[in-house]
Amino acid sequence: MSNMIFTSNLTFEYHGHHEHNVKAIDDLNIEIKKGSFVAVLGHNGSGKSTFAKHLNALLLPSDGSVYVDSMDTRDEKNLWNIRQTAGMVFQNPDNQLVATIVEEDVAFGPENLGVRSDLIRERVDEALMTVEMLEYAKHAPHLLSGGQKQRIAIAGIIAMKPKCIIFDEPTAMLDPIGRREVMDTIKKLNKEEGITIILITHYMDEAVQADYVYVMEEGKLVMQGMPKEVFREVEELKKLGLDVPQVTELTSKLIAEGIRMPSDILTVEEMVVELCRLK
Amino acid sequence: MMKNITIGQYIPGDTSIHNMDPRIKILLTLLIITILFFITNFIGYVVFSIFLALIVYISKVPFKLLLRGLRPLLVIIIFTVVLNAFMTQGEVIFRFWAIKVTKEGLILAGLMGLRLVFLITGASILTLTTSPIALTDGIEKLLNPFKKIGVPAHELAMMMTIALRFIPTLLEETDKIMKAQMARGADFETGNLINRAKAMVPLLVPLFISAFRRAEELALAMEARCYRGGENRTRMKQLKITRLDYVGIAVAIAFCAAIVGSRYV
Repeated sequence: MSNMIFTSNLTFEYHGHHEHNVKAIDDLNIEIKKGSFVAVLGHNGSGKSTFAKHLNALLLPSDGSVYVDSMDTRDEKNLWNIRQTAGMVFQNPDNQLVATIVEEDVAFGPENLGVRSDLIRERVDEALMTVEMLEYAKHAPHLLSGGQKQRIAIAGIIAMKPKCIIFDEPTAMLDPIGRREVMDTIKKLNKEEGITIILITHYMDEAVQADYVYVMEEGKLVMQGMPKEVFREVEELKKLGLDVPQVTELTSKLIAEGIRMPSDILTVEEMVVELCRLK
Repeated sequence: MMKNITIGQYIPGDTSIHNMDPRIKILLTLLIITILFFITNFIGYVVFSIFLALIVYISKVPFKLLLRGLRPLLVIIIFTVVLNAFMTQGEVIFRFWAIKVTKEGLILAGLMGLRLVFLITGASILTLTTSPIALTDGIEKLLNPFKKIGVPAHELAMMMTIALRFIPTLLEETDKIMKAQMARGADFETGNLINRAKAMVPLLVPLFISAFRRAEELALAMEARCYRGGENRTRMKQLKITRLDYVGIAVAIAFCAAIVGSRYV
C-alpha cells in the first residue's frame, strides 16, 4: 500500500530572536499510509502545528522533503494539487469561514477549483449531509455553535474531495459537546469515506481513537506506535509534559498497588471488563 | 448595546422585487434615482410617489423599516429644507428681522425635502430586498467590464463579502472586550467627550490586534482552500436574467418616460 504522506529528514528553521535560527522541526521521518487515522501529540511549541502546515505546502521545508500522495511539496507546479489532495481544518472555526451563508462557504473551495456550478451544488449538499448540517444550509455562520461552525469548516474541505484531511487542533476552542460532535465527524470521515486523517492534538482522549500515534517534542519525534503501546509509557509521557488518558493513569496506579491487569487499557469499557474479571 | 446594530439589513422574502436579478435591480435603482432629478413640477412628484408606493407594496417591506432608514439622515433633510425655505428670493409671505420666508422658498423646500426622502427610500428598497451576497455578486458582475481599465471587480466583491462576514464577529468581540475592561473598572459611559474617547483606547487596541490576527488566519485558511484570486473561479449560484427582469425593465422605462413627459404637462 502506498503512502499518503511521506517525509524524509524534514527540517524547518526560522529566524528567532537574537539572530540565531530556531529549529521548529528537526529531522523528521514519517510515513502515513493511505486510509489511516493518525494522531500527532505534543504540548505547545513542540512543532506539531508547524509540521501540519508542511503537509499542504503552507510552509516549505528548509531541508529534507515532504511528499503528499507522491507529490513533492517544493515543486511549485504541484501546489494546488497538493492543497486539493490534503485539506486542512484549523483551530478557530470563526477565522476560517469566508461567506455569510453556510452553503456559500462550503462552496468556496470547489469554486476556487473551477468546478462546474451544477456539480458544486451537488458537492455542497453531499458535504453538508456528511457533517449532518444540511438543515443549516441557509443559516448565517455566526449564529451557530462552535461545534457546528467547525463542522461547516469540515464540510468546506470535504466539498473539495480531498484524499487526506489535516486537523490542526480542531477541538481546542470548543466545549465538550462541540468536541464530541467534531470527533464523531472525523471518525466517520475515516471509516465511511476512507479519507486519511491526520489529527494534531493535545487531548489524549482524542489521540486514543487513532490507529497510530506520533509524539513530538522540540521538533523531534520522540515516541510512536499504536495508542496502546504509546500510552503504556505513563512515566515517559509525563516527563514530556503530556497527560495520559484517565483510564491509563488509573491502570498504572492499580498496577503499582499490586493489582494484576494488562497495562494497555485505554477505554472505560475495557477497564470495566478487566475490573469485572478480577477476584 | 452592540447587538441592535444591523448592517445591510435584508428582509428575506419571495416577492417579485426580491426575485429580480441583483444586476438589474442595481441598474434600475440607479436609473430611478437619476430620473428623480429630472422632475420639475408637482405632477412629476405625484407620479413618482405613486410608483414608489407601488414598489413598497409589492416588495412587502414594512413601512416602519423605511422610516427608520430615514432617521440617520434627518439632520441633512431638515438642513436642506430650512436652507431652501429661507434663501430663496420671491414673493414674501412673512418677515422676521432679517429673515424672510417666501412662497417660492416654501415650495422649493418641500420639493427638495421630498426628493431626498425619495432618494433614500429608493436606495433602502434595494438593500432591504437583496441579500448581501446577491448584492456583492451583482456589483462584481457589473464591474467586470471595467476590469480592463484596472477596476479590481473580484477583489472588491471579496472584500465586501469578508467584511459582511466579520462584522457580527467583531461586534461580538467588542462586546466581550468591553465587558472584560468594565470588570476591571473601566468606565465607558461617564465623563466628557475627551475622557470618553480616552476610555476607548483600551478597547480599540485589543480589538485591532485581534482583527489583524484573524485576518492572518483567514488568509491562511483561504490559501489552504485553494483560493488564488478571481481567475478561473466558478460560482455555485449563477445570476440569470428571467422574464421577471424584462418586465421590471419595461415598467421602469415606461415610468421614466412618464416622468420625462410630466415636464411638459
